[in-house]
Amino acid sequence: MSLSPDEVRRIAHLARLSVADDEVAANANDLSNILDLVDRMNAVDTSGVTPMAHPQNATQRLRPDVVTEPDQRERYQRLAPAVERGLYLVPRVVE
Amino acid sequence: MQWETVIGLEIHAQLATNSKIFSGASTRFGNEPNRQACPVDLGLPGVLPVLNEGAVAMAVRLGLGIGADIAGRSVFARKNYFYPDLPKGYQISQYEIPVVGTGQLEIALDDGTVKTIGVTRAHLEEDAGKSLHEDFHGMTGIDLNRAGTPLLEIVSEPDMRSPAEAVAYAKKIRTLVRYLGICDGNMQEGSLRVDANVSIRPAGSQEFGTRAEIKNVNSFRFLEKALNFEIERQREILEDGGTVQQETRLYDANADETRSMRTKEEANDYRYFPDPDLLPLEVDQAFIESVRVELPELPDEKRDRFISEYGLPVYDANVLTASRELADYYEATVAAAGGAPKVGANWVMSELGGVLNAQGLDISDSPVSAQALGGLIQRIQDQTISGKIAKQVFEAMVAGEGDADGVIEAKGLKQITDTGEIERMIDEVVDANPGQVEQYRAGKDKVLGWFVGQVMKASRGKANPEQVNQLLRQKLDA
Amino acid sequence: MISGRTGPTNDGSNPVMHDRTIAELARALADGEVSSVELTRGFLDRIEARNPDSNSFITITREQALAEAEVADAGRAAGRAGALTGVPIAHKDIFCTDGVRTSCGSRMLDNFEAPYDATVVRNMREAGLVMLGKTNMDEFAMGSSNETSYYGPVNNPWDPRRVPGGSSGGSAAAVAARLAPGATGTDTGGSIRQPAAMCGLTGLKPTYGRVSRFGMVAFASSLDQGGPLARTAEDCALMLGAMAGFDPNDSTSIDRPVDDYAGALDGVSLQGLKVGLPKEYFGEGMSEGVRGVVDGVAERLRELGAEPVEISLAHTDLSVPAYYVVAPAEASSNLSRFDGVRYGYRCEEAKNILDLYERSRGEGFGAEVKRRIMVGTYALSAGYFDAYYLKAQKIRQLISEDFRKAFEQVDVILGPTSPTTAFPIGERSDDPVAMYMSDVYTIAVNLAGLPALSMPAGFADGLPVGVQLIGNHFDEGRLLGVAHQYQQATDHHRQVPAGVND
Repeated sequence: MSLSPDEVRRIAHLARLSVADDEVAANANDLSNILDLVDRMNAVDTSGVTPMAHPQNATQRLRPDVVTEPDQRERYQRLAPAVERGLYLVPRVVE
Repeated sequence: MQWETVIGLEIHAQLATNSKIFSGASTRFGNEPNRQACPVDLGLPGVLPVLNEGAVAMAVRLGLGIGADIAGRSVFARKNYFYPDLPKGYQISQYEIPVVGTGQLEIALDDGTVKTIGVTRAHLEEDAGKSLHEDFHGMTGIDLNRAGTPLLEIVSEPDMRSPAEAVAYAKKIRTLVRYLGICDGNMQEGSLRVDANVSIRPAGSQEFGTRAEIKNVNSFRFLEKALNFEIERQREILEDGGTVQQETRLYDANADETRSMRTKEEANDYRYFPDPDLLPLEVDQAFIESVRVELPELPDEKRDRFISEYGLPVYDANVLTASRELADYYEATVAAAGGAPKVGANWVMSELGGVLNAQGLDISDSPVSAQALGGLIQRIQDQTISGKIAKQVFEAMVAGEGDADGVIEAKGLKQITDTGEIERMIDEVVDANPGQVEQYRAGKDKVLGWFVGQVMKASRGKANPEQVNQLLRQKLDA
Repeated sequence: MISGRTGPTNDGSNPVMHDRTIAELARALADGEVSSVELTRGFLDRIEARNPDSNSFITITREQALAEAEVADAGRAAGRAGALTGVPIAHKDIFCTDGVRTSCGSRMLDNFEAPYDATVVRNMREAGLVMLGKTNMDEFAMGSSNETSYYGPVNNPWDPRRVPGGSSGGSAAAVAARLAPGATGTDTGGSIRQPAAMCGLTGLKPTYGRVSRFGMVAFASSLDQGGPLARTAEDCALMLGAMAGFDPNDSTSIDRPVDDYAGALDGVSLQGLKVGLPKEYFGEGMSEGVRGVVDGVAERLRELGAEPVEISLAHTDLSVPAYYVVAPAEASSNLSRFDGVRYGYRCEEAKNILDLYERSRGEGFGAEVKRRIMVGTYALSAGYFDAYYLKAQKIRQLISEDFRKAFEQVDVILGPTSPTTAFPIGERSDDPVAMYMSDVYTIAVNLAGLPALSMPAGFADGLPVGVQLIGNHFDEGRLLGVAHQYQQATDHHRQVPAGVND
């Protein structure tokens, strides 16, 4: 499996990662090598095998519908790079 | 060419839980920004989701309400995309296996027919936060209070053939979720959000046309308008030989039009996969039964009971069961009146309905209690007052002047049933109008009505009209 | 490079405090030989003096540690002391600590102070353990050498030119350098066991769900599991007892009582113990030095009464390929929350929201993290999901079935932990695939959710070699017991890197 520079750019965009132009080729090479490793999976026929999403055969536990979290906005927003009037600020999002 | 419209709706109902679907933060509406956003809702590192039992129970309620299969095992997936109001960069949503499977719902159409609309599925997911674009010197503000509020997305089959049917279905869903107590149905606040998939096809065709998805419709009226606009838009395109684009369109209520949303580039690559932080949800028979025993009487059951128990016409029964609160009010009124269900229905629908409409009030805010209205109806039934005077009494009750008996007493509105007094008034009227007496005796029966009116006027409406009628005949025919 | 033995000295006197095991320190505290404040101050002084040699710690929490030690001493004086009260340890910087930076080895979280404790941190504090600081690690636990850390590589105390392994490299180096008697780690594909092996330590990756993941920054949620790194199996048993337990805040936590791991150690017998030797683990790829040590352990266990049985784990060679789909796929989604909006690194002067995302993430994440995010994004993207993600999940099933069948025949499985001893810093950092192969023996265990332990088993060219014991689900007690019995009969775990006791 060999990834083209355009595919690297498409994936990087999908993942919201800036990749400098001079890094694209190296990334394409690394990712292609990793995908070659991954492609070894094709050595085995897995038709009829049930995919395993989770290491346990357990089911979801349910939480009682009770409010347990107090308001700690000031504390949480001390972590934030930009806040105004209780809102997290980001560059304008065009609708 | 004749075109047929095909509509399917996706309705997002915010579930009326106390806490969020995966965290213990409150879901209350209207708090200051981010005061109800805890570490799980904020997507802080290392924190984990735990599923709210209340949200599951509400989803099952809906499922039972539409006669749907409840999945014994359902799975939460991650829908991955970046948006500032989506803190984790993914939305947890049931994708391949939803908790509620196929069900159906009956809607009553204006021509009196009933149509069954299929529900494909209903699945649990978390709501996103809100972006505020105004007033932040060119920045957007993010409020995550809503992030993580449980949503039930109810997806219909493309079974509706007109905007009116779509509105009837959406209203029925709203009625149902409110009956079930799982959603307040408030469209303005966004508790109930309707997205419509609409396409048209040549009448008689079996294939579906290309559909557009319409978002941002926050009332039933706008839903109808948006669909009408969109159907017309598509018809014009097709009749001009063009093709409809499959896309998402926003309804702009001010312009009354739908507009193409600028397509987010990789909008369709959500990279769904099972959320490894959550295990498969198992809903067993015992859980389903525990929800079933708590189910209230559903709208259709209530409507049928109103018809059989109170002898109401189908129309009245439909109107009065449109909400649980209205139905409860009606039943309390009938109980207080000690019967007269049809009179009660008329009063609740027309007189009270008119007042609520005019004042923009909900039945729960009615200025006249069911007890008080029942008391008024009782006075009509026992002939203390006439139906006409009753309206006057009711107005006073609305104005807060007391209950029926109090108003009747204070205003001296008690009906005059004393034969002697009525005869005295008749004598005065007859004596004063010899010409009309002659006309009557010459065979002009219509004049009797005029005499009744005059006597009623003289009694200032308080005389019993039946008695007046009877005594007048006796007098004039003598 | 081995400077000698530790443990009770020949003349019966006790070794210096910093060279004692957790069990020994617990006894010293209980006997009043030392106070927690004295002990804690001693370790803090050592860390401050020696951390520049190994770069094991990202953050040293002197004041908080001394305060916790005072609480421990006061508790003991008041008659409230548990088995571990007052023993200082270190936490991998992946566990959130209320008010103390949790960087996860990344520029992205260089400024991040969690407003909560990880359940592991809380449990251990409640057991009376004192936190000395937060240890270095591969960025977001993605690495096998600790070279991807934003805070620089960690030097292996056995040879400072070599890596300590990873991703829990700082924890392993700290314990090997006697800067802490034990440390927490996390293991997604070998990140506790491989550094334990390379630093001459005992490290346990518990059964998935045994230790809460709440407050542990997620790498790959269905694989991640926290566990202890210490010198002996006994110490790991003591630490695991404090770490483990049901946590309602983690949906994948198992509601099952925690065994008395330490108390059960002596009850485990090697007599008749069926030890599986997977033929696939003894093929190509293992260095000769490592092979000699692993063979030696198998032989020694046989002498001690165990019964080696050859078994097959047929899909072993597919574990690395499947892992490098599952782990990056989950990681690509788990790391989406690092977007520069609510916390963490934000780029300067973003032109628009896309620029904010792409540069905050592009500048905040290092190369390996970005590589894995891209691999995972690709594997989940439209058109590739079935061929990669679903295929990997199916192979995961096959790998689990191999283990299920194996545990019908044997009690534990023995093999190498890492194909080589610690390699020189820089040797593999430009070759991701070569680096990934470092975890060839450890990864399958995570895919199957099994417990596994690495213990010191000897040396090759002066560098420690570890062997791995894999157990059935929730069989941590047996793994620890077998390792403990082995350690009663051997002294590999008592070796000390040169210079550490100078």
